[in-house]
Amino acid sequence: MNMLTDAAVEQKLHSTSNEAAIKMRGKDVTVHYNGKQALFGVNLDVPEQQVTALIGPSGCGKSTFLRSLNRMNDTIEGCRVGGEITLDGDDVYDPRIDVVELRARVGMVFQKPNPFPKSIYENVAYGPRIHGIARNKSELDQIVESSLEKAALWSEVKDRLNEPGTGLSGGQQQRLCIARAIAVSPEVILMDEPCSALDPIATAKVEELIDELRENYTIVIVTHSMQQAARVSQRTAMFHLGYLVEEGATDKMFTNPDDKRTQDYITGRFG
Amino acid sequence: MGEHTVTSFDDELEIIDTLIREMGDLSGSMLGDATRALLQSDNALAQRVISDDAIMDAKQRDLDEKAITLIARRQPMAQDLRSVVGAIRMAADLERVGDLAKNIAKRVGAVGQRVTPRSLSHSIETMADLVNAQVSAVVENYVSRNADALPPLRAADEKIDIQYTAIFRELLTYMMEDPRNITACTHLLFCAKNLERIGDHATNIAENAYYVMTGDQLPLQRPKMDETAITGTGTSG
Repeated sequence: MNMLTDAAVEQKLHSTSNEAAIKMRGKDVTVHYNGKQALFGVNLDVPEQQVTALIGPSGCGKSTFLRSLNRMNDTIEGCRVGGEITLDGDDVYDPRIDVVELRARVGMVFQKPNPFPKSIYENVAYGPRIHGIARNKSELDQIVESSLEKAALWSEVKDRLNEPGTGLSGGQQQRLCIARAIAVSPEVILMDEPCSALDPIATAKVEELIDELRENYTIVIVTHSMQQAARVSQRTAMFHLGYLVEEGATDKMFTNPDDKRTQDYITGRFG
Repeated sequence: MGEHTVTSFDDELEIIDTLIREMGDLSGSMLGDATRALLQSDNALAQRVISDDAIMDAKQRDLDEKAITLIARRQPMAQDLRSVVGAIRMAADLERVGDLAKNIAKRVGAVGQRVTPRSLSHSIETMADLVNAQVSAVVENYVSRNADALPPLRAADEKIDIQYTAIFRELLTYMMEDPRNITACTHLLFCAKNLERIGDHATNIAENAYYVMTGDQLPLQRPKMDETAITGTGTSG
């Protein structure tokens, strides 16, 4: 299925080189969980090949927004998403959209590394196999190797691809999950606190990886660490009580934010 | 601005602020004493200024250490980050003000008891008053977080520059009148130059303080009228 509409092509053609194209766009996004509203009219653009960080105190709606970008909220009973979310100009909540394909294009990495209880190789090969991306074994081998390389894990695991993924260290497991997400050639990678369960060195490796991945992918990351948001992202969006409070260039957000709530949150004056 | 969830963070920022205030007060008294010592040929007072400079240096080191520890421990953001980095820079400026006041004090003996014309001491006194008022006002407005008062203060440095130019001309006249004045007048010229530089440091502090408070930089252009270079070439010909 071709999801690229004329409007998206138009948008791509008209985006100037110094202004990043908009990969995903949230327009008046609302989310209700069993009638209780969790997000209130969020308007947020996700620029292409940049890292957008979503920050805010617990329960502010940042993860809810992240999960609505690839319809992960569909799996939650009683969840209702309103407004419009587009990927390259196409509504991702359009009933004609194949959700499985959408999640291949918009991959996700979770807070806790969750490798399948299979070998390292199978963890990465699983996606390409079910999506029919590889035509034969050698192509699949190639995808597994390049994905692990892109996730900066290849050199550490190349001699033990048949060992279980769950036997790796926490940081390696998280990079394995990133390799698994990359294997199906996504365009956008969503990361929900990808380093919160990792030690500082593993965190640094994942952050380094995020910086490299930005060359080819659009990344949206939810993080509780201000420093991490400041280090890895180019854009930052601050959420509070279900509202998008402020959004802008990361450099400005962490030195001179416009909104007092942002100021209070990032300087540790909240609550 | 509300308090931090971690209250010891507020205490640490407060300590740094207090040090800036103390350094500001000390620079004001050093400057006042140095000028008085110069105009009244008071060597004892001059010695006090020289010894005060050691206190100033110690305070700057103390502030630097506390600021660096705070950055390492708290990783401040936004207003807090600007505040700490700004304090380090302001402390460096205040420390230089102390050095320049000390330099004036050191010249008291050299200028000696030679008769400084009444009008000249009056000019130096006027300039010193302007500079002193400038330094105190800048520090005061920083401490009370009054950003609006800073841009006019920064612009007021021009008055000091004009006064410096006037003293420069006056000293040249005395030196031409009687070559025996040259030694004393040269020292006085250095003193005036030191005062002018203190004014520049006050301007730096004002710019820094404005950035700390608002997050915006004041425009680069500032009214400036240093005519000594022009006058210098004019009189030498």
